[in-house]
Amino acid sequence: MAAASAAEATTTAQPATAKKDLPKAPGTPWWLWICVIGIVVFCLTPFYWLVNISLKTGADLSSASVIPPNPTLKNYSSIFQNSNFTRALANSAIVSLTTTAIGIIVGSFAAYALARLRMRGKFILLGIVLSITTFPQIAIAAPLFKLWTNIGFYNTLYGLIIPYLTFALPLSIYILVSFFREIPRDLEEAALVDGATNFEAFRKVVVPLAAPGLATTAILTFIAAWNEFLLATTLTSSVQARTVPVAISQFTGSSQFEVPLGTQSAASVVISIPLILLVLLFQKRIVAGLTAGAVKG
Amino acid sequence: MVAPSMTLIALVAVYPVIYGVWLSLHQYSLLQAGLSRWASPAGLGNYKEQLQSSEFWSSVRITIEFTIASVFLETIFGLGMALVMKEAFKGQGVIRTVVLVPWAVLTVVTAIMWKSIFDANLGFVNTVLGTTTVWLGEEPQALLVMIFADAWKTAPFMALLLLAGLQVIPADIYEAAKVDGATTWQRFVRITLPLLTPALLVALIFRTMDALRAFDLPKVLTNGANGTTTLSLLSSRTFQENRLYGEGSTIAILTFILVMIVAFLYIRLVGGNIRGLTED
Repeated sequence: MAAASAAEATTTAQPATAKKDLPKAPGTPWWLWICVIGIVVFCLTPFYWLVNISLKTGADLSSASVIPPNPTLKNYSSIFQNSNFTRALANSAIVSLTTTAIGIIVGSFAAYALARLRMRGKFILLGIVLSITTFPQIAIAAPLFKLWTNIGFYNTLYGLIIPYLTFALPLSIYILVSFFREIPRDLEEAALVDGATNFEAFRKVVVPLAAPGLATTAILTFIAAWNEFLLATTLTSSVQARTVPVAISQFTGSSQFEVPLGTQSAASVVISIPLILLVLLFQKRIVAGLTAGAVKG
Repeated sequence: MVAPSMTLIALVAVYPVIYGVWLSLHQYSLLQAGLSRWASPAGLGNYKEQLQSSEFWSSVRITIEFTIASVFLETIFGLGMALVMKEAFKGQGVIRTVVLVPWAVLTVVTAIMWKSIFDANLGFVNTVLGTTTVWLGEEPQALLVMIFADAWKTAPFMALLLLAGLQVIPADIYEAAKVDGATTWQRFVRITLPLLTPALLVALIFRTMDALRAFDLPKVLTNGANGTTTLSLLSSRTFQENRLYGEGSTIAILTFILVMIVAFLYIRLVGGNIRGLTED
């Protein structure tokens, strides 16, 4: 715990560390800038290539030109006219948002209890939750495929949301426990002395204070659900419940003879935009969440 | 308050695993008419069959090769990025955002991206290297593309975890070492690496567990062709496409066992550090 909060403290106290380092390194040396440029190129070039290909059609789709010779938005208009894609976008939005909402609400109760209340066996519970995050999802996918076909959950949106909670909940609980612990206990105790119940103390004192932590958890859960592929491809069979990653992977070219990479790239760019926006807006929160959940000991 | 979460987790995570074990102990065969299948107890027959199957063992080998190579590559990339990010305090915000792009991009999108980069006609790899290799169409190359794509996607995650680890190391230690005349290399090997070990191990555990269950990348890159059928992909193909529920579940359970063995080995290796993970 001590080490974990120290890690978070230094992550949040960025400017302080920077200031401390300042005197020994006046100005950034040139070789460091080269490394920085190297990292930027490494991270962004593949994405540029995706955009490049998404602007090509026809014969251009067989050349490796760095800039599309006849840039066109034809791939984009074609995917939005494709009801398989638009329906999948809607399905993905519903599944990801519902999973996030339920995961946050139910997960925050559990995390609060694990962080605060005196409970027997809570370390064992936390250990079980943790170990579930290491489950290979295939061990759940195979039996669920059979189970869902038996009870009629196969190829439905709730048939996806339910198993998504198995990774959403451990993730929420894991991250939120570390956020709840940072909130001073005295505040709730004061509320309890004033006659609030445990639940009121949680809802009116802890939840508002933990808002940043809840936001972080929500973003991470949303990204995980939006990204999920194995269960989505195993448990759906038609546009009715297919999510966006599955739809894209099954794209065919706009004509029988065209490589599907053009439309696949366009669709990939489109569905990456919400995620890139989230990253741009909440970079600090995401980093805090990732490291709070992982750097301990 | 914990009950709702635990009930949900038990219902959708623990119960299917138990049901999976049950499935793996049964043999499914077609009824005379229709598509429904009839289960008959098979004991450990499915396990025996898999453990003698060359297809299964080739998947084990591919999964392990992929895991070792990709986790190794992303640790090197991630450590490099973390060290640069720690130094480059001026542009740190920008780099952190840029680095999160590969992390946020969907795995399916990552696969499409690298498919197009390594494409024999469309990609720039052949142009740059001056080769005419059909990367995804040949036996060791397809796996190499998959390893590289995975390293690209996950190195940033590694970098962020390691950066958090680096920032906990007190600056005074470096100052003292400098005063004592330690070179940059000596400071890296004698101070940074040992003090970074706990963070490094945690990051390694997370990434190894993830790589062992790789499914999205091989499914979209090659659909398992040319030596890229990982265990998860083999299992999914068996129970979904071939409707061999018993055999498919058996492979899934064996994957689970492999993951648990690796997790156990890591815990043995980490020893005291892991206590911080569960008990704080």
